[in-house]
Amino acid sequence: MLHDIPFDDGNTSVLVGLEHSEDAGVFRLNDGTLLVQTADFITPVVDDPFMYGRIAAANSLSDIYAMGGQAICCLNLVCYDSCNIETHELRNILLGGLDAVREAGAAIVGGHTVDDPEMKFGLSVTGIVEEKHLTRNNNAKAGDRLILTKPLGMGILTTANKVDMASEKSMEQAAEIMALLNKGAAEAMNKVGAHSATDITGFGLIGHALEMARASGVTFRLKADSIPFLPEAVDLAGMGLIPAGSYNNRRFTRDDVHFEVQLSDDRKMVYFDAQTSGGLLISVAPEKADILLERIRKNGAKSAEIIGEVGTRKEKHIIFS
Amino acid sequence: MSQVVDAKGLACPQPVILAKKALSGIEEGLITVIVDSEASRENVRRFAESQGCTVSVEEKDGEFHLEIAKGYTCGIPDHAEESGKDTGKKRAMFIQSDSIGPDAELGKQLLKAFLESMVELEDRELPAKMIFVNRGVFVTCFWNETIEKLAELKARGVEIFSCGACLNFFKIADKLKIGGVGNAFDSVQTLVTHENAITLG
Repeated sequence: MLHDIPFDDGNTSVLVGLEHSEDAGVFRLNDGTLLVQTADFITPVVDDPFMYGRIAAANSLSDIYAMGGQAICCLNLVCYDSCNIETHELRNILLGGLDAVREAGAAIVGGHTVDDPEMKFGLSVTGIVEEKHLTRNNNAKAGDRLILTKPLGMGILTTANKVDMASEKSMEQAAEIMALLNKGAAEAMNKVGAHSATDITGFGLIGHALEMARASGVTFRLKADSIPFLPEAVDLAGMGLIPAGSYNNRRFTRDDVHFEVQLSDDRKMVYFDAQTSGGLLISVAPEKADILLERIRKNGAKSAEIIGEVGTRKEKHIIFS
Repeated sequence: MSQVVDAKGLACPQPVILAKKALSGIEEGLITVIVDSEASRENVRRFAESQGCTVSVEEKDGEFHLEIAKGYTCGIPDHAEESGKDTGKKRAMFIQSDSIGPDAELGKQLLKAFLESMVELEDRELPAKMIFVNRGVFVTCFWNETIEKLAELKARGVEIFSCGACLNFFKIADKLKIGGVGNAFDSVQTLVTHENAITLG
């Protein structure tokens, strides 16, 4: 119903617009340099205001990194309940956001706040990318290796945390994973060269992998045993602490996924699980895969793994083996 | 009367938490949780099953009614009453392995625990016959602790047989420590003439 709105209005400088289910919009500034723009905000995923701010900002910045870009300036987007959230809490949320933006090497140049009973925070981010470094999600090639830079399970863990059922230790790990910028992974991609990339957020590993495989006209063969996840997520999935979004992901993608390997239903739910500030999924030429993986890990994403490879188009776009 | 928990309109994981509270308030029995989304239906079912409860789901006008049974359901004791005092005697047990379920190591422990706990049954609940076939004959030959308990059952009138062909196949006919040796005809006859044959393993 909304698909047919001609948002880009035929503007020839728009390289990537809304129709591509891409991570960010891309606009040509001049021959070599492209502008990348995105915006995102989220409700609280952890209890600590500073950490929430930092995670929300990392989550917003991630779309720029998924395109191979670097952030340059940001706007705060704040929806908060001025009657129930104390000023010092809001201050800490904003400081957490600033912390992430500083690490990104970008600047916060303004923002907008509205009153809302449900807290939301995030950023509108402007970035730039050199055209040769642009990693769209439609260029994965048969033979490529697939790298995932962060472990899965964040949706399940943050859902469990809302009712105090996640362990403190796992939540600490989850917060650290979500707070990590995808900047290091993007820089590694620029350095080594990659064919295609996306970031894993609300549609989960399978949802975002499917978008990339579909857009590229290929099939992804994922090795279940190589895909990193926080182990407690499987236990919590078994107790029904799964966000509704993850079930939606399963419903929308299941016809395009084939499990050759026997996995418990709870384990499968981790692969469908909606992520907040998830890692990048990168498609890279096989001869560069190990070098890229090593550099990504060195740049901070220590749990990054090669999780599978790209094959020619089969009946299903995603196969777990 | 079973307790009803109305969790309609609540986002995940709130319905799970309401179900958790309701279940922790009872030792055994039934609760019904009403939800109105597929995600909540799945989540409440997962939670209840993770707690060892059984769940049945009914859809009514876009709502899901999950009936959760904790502990023994009311149905089982009723049924036992109905089937009368001496039907236990008509039961045959057919033990066809030295393990229950897919994991062999766990399965051995389970079978041992099941068989040994049978001495706790009332006389009227005991089966008339126990027939050990295939790898089940390892129990009657080598499981000394279990054999002691089987001897108690035998003394209380349970007939115990091990399959002769099976003993020969494993070359352990000389190791049999409890009960008699049966043949295929005995086994088949027992299975068809006893109303309730229970298969283990």
